[in-house]
Parts: sequence; structure tokens; C-alpha cells
Amino acid sequence: MVAQSYFARITLTLAMLAALFFAAPMAGAQEPVNPTARSVQEQQLLEALQGGNAISGRVSIPDQRAADLIKPEGRNWSGTHNSTVYWTTTAVVLGMLALLTVFYFVRGRIRLEHGFAGRTIKRFNSFERFAHWLTAVCFILLALTGLNLIFGRYVLIPLFGADTFATATQLGKVVHNYIAWPFMLGIAIMLVVWIKDNIPGRIDLDWIKAGGGMLKGGGHPPAKRFNAGQKIIFWSVVLGGAALSFTGVLLLFPQLAGEPGNWQLAQLAHAIIAAVMTAVILAHIYIGTLGMEGAFDAMGSGQVDVNWAREHHSLWVAERDTAVEGEPRGHVAPAE
Amino acid sequence: MARMKFLCDADRCIECNACVTACKNEHEVPWGINRRRVVTINDGLPGERSVSMACMHCTDAPCASVCPVDCFYTTADAVVLHSKDLCIGCGYCFYACPFGAPQYPKVGNFGSRGKMDKCTYCAGGPEADMTMAEYEKYGANRLAEGKLPLCAEMCSTKALLAGDGDIIAEIYRERVTTRGYGSGAWGWQTAYQESINV
Repeated sequence: MVAQSYFARITLTLAMLAALFFAAPMAGAQEPVNPTARSVQEQQLLEALQGGNAISGRVSIPDQRAADLIKPEGRNWSGTHNSTVYWTTTAVVLGMLALLTVFYFVRGRIRLEHGFAGRTIKRFNSFERFAHWLTAVCFILLALTGLNLIFGRYVLIPLFGADTFATATQLGKVVHNYIAWPFMLGIAIMLVVWIKDNIPGRIDLDWIKAGGGMLKGGGHPPAKRFNAGQKIIFWSVVLGGAALSFTGVLLLFPQLAGEPGNWQLAQLAHAIIAAVMTAVILAHIYIGTLGMEGAFDAMGSGQVDVNWAREHHSLWVAERDTAVEGEPRGHVAPAE
Repeated sequence: MARMKFLCDADRCIECNACVTACKNEHEVPWGINRRRVVTINDGLPGERSVSMACMHCTDAPCASVCPVDCFYTTADAVVLHSKDLCIGCGYCFYACPFGAPQYPKVGNFGSRGKMDKCTYCAGGPEADMTMAEYEKYGANRLAEGKLPLCAEMCSTKALLAGDGDIIAEIYRERVTTRGYGSGAWGWQTAYQESINV
């Protein structure tokens, strides 16, 4: 057995040696082996890239984000940020300010047609006003700190110097990150409290056809608690606010957004929606203060003049009167 | 003045990660941040290549163009640096960077980013050259000492090259011509809008 085994091994070894001896010249006769024939080429990978993707591989450091080698899309994002976002914001915000200025000089302040009655009725209770002002104060802070990120570099650095501006902007970033939360709360409360009065209806079409009575004098079209214009503001604020909240949270917690391409998209969406919302709110602020006599009281004291209510929200006043008359005596709400 | 660039010859890189380690040590880079990293493409497949990547000090740097506080500046050697005194950690430069160079230490609540940190091409920051203040914020300033970035200087296979763009491009071109192959000057097209034609 042992001898046989030795014999077998020697035979095998000789056979292998012979194979090597004969095979070597054969290999030499073939094409030389090119170790790079299947090497990855940067140019091919760049050409194969889709949109916002990256050329990625494997890294041994424990940070998978570092596995993205080249993301050419970054340059496109910066181009969009510096041109599209910058000019859209400029156009939308300055355009709205110009529009409101022209409107003020052409139409003037919208006055009460029959003057003040001197008697008021309650329009918004203290909780509704709290929700409104919470959202309003937050929005103004968010808008100013947000606009600062787009225009501050070009407008404020020359005025205040790089150091002062950086300190203020650092504070602005903290304000923006923290104020976002009460802003979201305000939006949520307003949605719950006012959605029932903001369902669009046929009457809103008539209101819009009549231009809301804002373009010319001679009476306002009938409206319930909220007219079509206010409903547009409501839905812009709720939907715009939700979109801003969603994209904002993704920017606060980048790991929720996944890959960097999504952050870039979230940032662009956040900036453009914010610009549009700023313009919408500028119009809202105008009509609620300077633009219309008697309007501010609704959110100021919560009490509006009866004549204002009849002119702007005739159906709401009518409904309210029937409700009060219909109630048994004992349940009439005490005057506040 | 030179136009400083990095060039990683992927056909020479053996993924030893010495450049990563040397960089971390030379600049006492904070925990969780790697100014340089080695990425292996097609790992485990025939023709895999490893590339050492850091800030490429781009021409017309996208990070600098989007910074809301304008904290970036380009030195006479075309090295892209930034001021940590001005940086607010907004993250825009990370969105813009094609090479994932800007990183932020995690500070405070939420995902709050601290001051951005990235490769300085071993050229420090806006503080006076080779001062302690500069070292603490940005690490060593080897350029001021007349030396090139450490990652490239100590690369054992001389895969990673640092220096004037024309000179290192010439070295790479010579190599490719001599050995007959090259997988490309990784990142050059994106960073400098030019490639090395062999």
C-alpha cells in the first residue's frame, strides 16, 4: 500500500512537471496578459452616471457617505441655487411689493361704505387669535432669517462687514431651526380650527368673478365666514406650511432624507416654496392692515364693526343672527 | 505661483489607507471626520481600482459660490480654504461639493452641524501661518514650511500626487505612456473642467 502510494505520487508530480514544461511555451505564444484590460475607467463611469447619482465604491472607514467618490451633480445644484433660487426669490418678493404699491396708489385704502356703526361683534376668539399670531410671528422670523441666507451675502456683508454678519447669521440659523417647531404647531392648530369654514363652494366662484369687490367700489360680493380670498390664503398657508415643514425637517435631519441628491432637492423646494409663501403673506399683511379699513380689528381685538362684517361677510352675519335669535333665552352667550 | 492640484493614479493605489491615517494624525482631525478617504470602485471584481479622494480645490469652487456667509477664499496657490470663524455650519457647501469634502462635527441638538472641516491642502487657514490658533482650527500648515501635503508626500506607491497641476499632469502622462494604460485622472473633469489627454 505504502509503496503503491509513493509510486502514485511520483507519477503525479512528474506529470505535473511535464505539463508545466510543455504549457509554458504555449502560454508565451499567446497574447501577453493585460492586467488592466477590464480596469474601470473614470470617463466611462461619468458617462454612465444618471442624474443626481454618484460614482460610488467601498470605503473601509465607518462612514458610508464617504463611499461616494464623485457627485458631478453638486455643481448643478450650486448653479441652480445661485441663479434660479436667487432670481425667483428676488422676482417674487420684489414683484409682490411693487404690485401692492401700485394697488395702493390706484385703488387706495378700501374704506367702509357706510362708515363705522360703533357696535362690534366677535369674529375671532382668543384661541384663534393666539394660533394666528403664533404662526405669524414665527413666519416673519423664519422668512427674515431665510431671506438672509439668500441675500445677506450680497446686501448685508458690504454694510456690516463679514464678522458681524456671520455672527448674526449664526444666530439666525439657530432661530430658524428652533422657531420652525412652534410654526408647525401654529399651522396645525389653524388647520383644525378653521378648516370647516374654508371648504370651497359655489359662492367662492361668484366672489372671485366679482374681484372680491376690491377692484372697484360699489359693494362686496356676499361671503360666509371666510371669502374666497381668505380661503386662498388659508389653503396656501396650510399646504405651503406643510410643504415647508416637510422639506425643513428633512434638512434638519439629513439622515431621514437619505442620499445627498434628496437633500439638494429638499433645499431647492424649501427655498422656492418659501419665496412664494413670503409673497402671499406680504399680500395678506397688506390687506389686513393698510389695505382695508376695519380689517385689522378681527385679529387685533377679535371684535369687528357690524358694518364691516355686513359689507364683507354678509352671509356670516346673517347666519350668526339667526343662530342667536333661534337660541333659547337662557343660553345666549354673555357679552365679553 | 503654482496652481496646486491633487492627482490619484488609481493604477498605482493599493488602498493601504496610509494617506487617510497620515492626514488624521498630522492635523489632529476630530473624531468622525476624515479629510481624505480611499474609495474602491468595483471592489472584489476584476479591474477594481482604488482612488484616494479629498477636497480637490476646484477651479470656480461650487462650495465658495453657495456659502451664505462667504467664508471661502482661494490662496495665491489656488488652494480653496475657509474661515471657521465665519462658517455657520449650514451645510450648503456639502450639497454643492462633488467630492463630499465638507464635513461637520455634530454639536448640540437635532442634527446641528458645527463648523465645517475639510482638507486644507496642508495650508492652514486665515490665521497667521504656523501659529497655534491656526493649528487648532485647521491643522498643520506644511505649505508655509515649503512642504507639500503629507498624504501625497508619504504615499508608498506614489499613486497620490500633489503639486503644480501642469507638473503632476506631465508625470501622470509619462506614466501612462510608458506602461500603456491609465484609468483616468479621477475627479479632474469635475473639479477643473479638464482632463489629462495622453
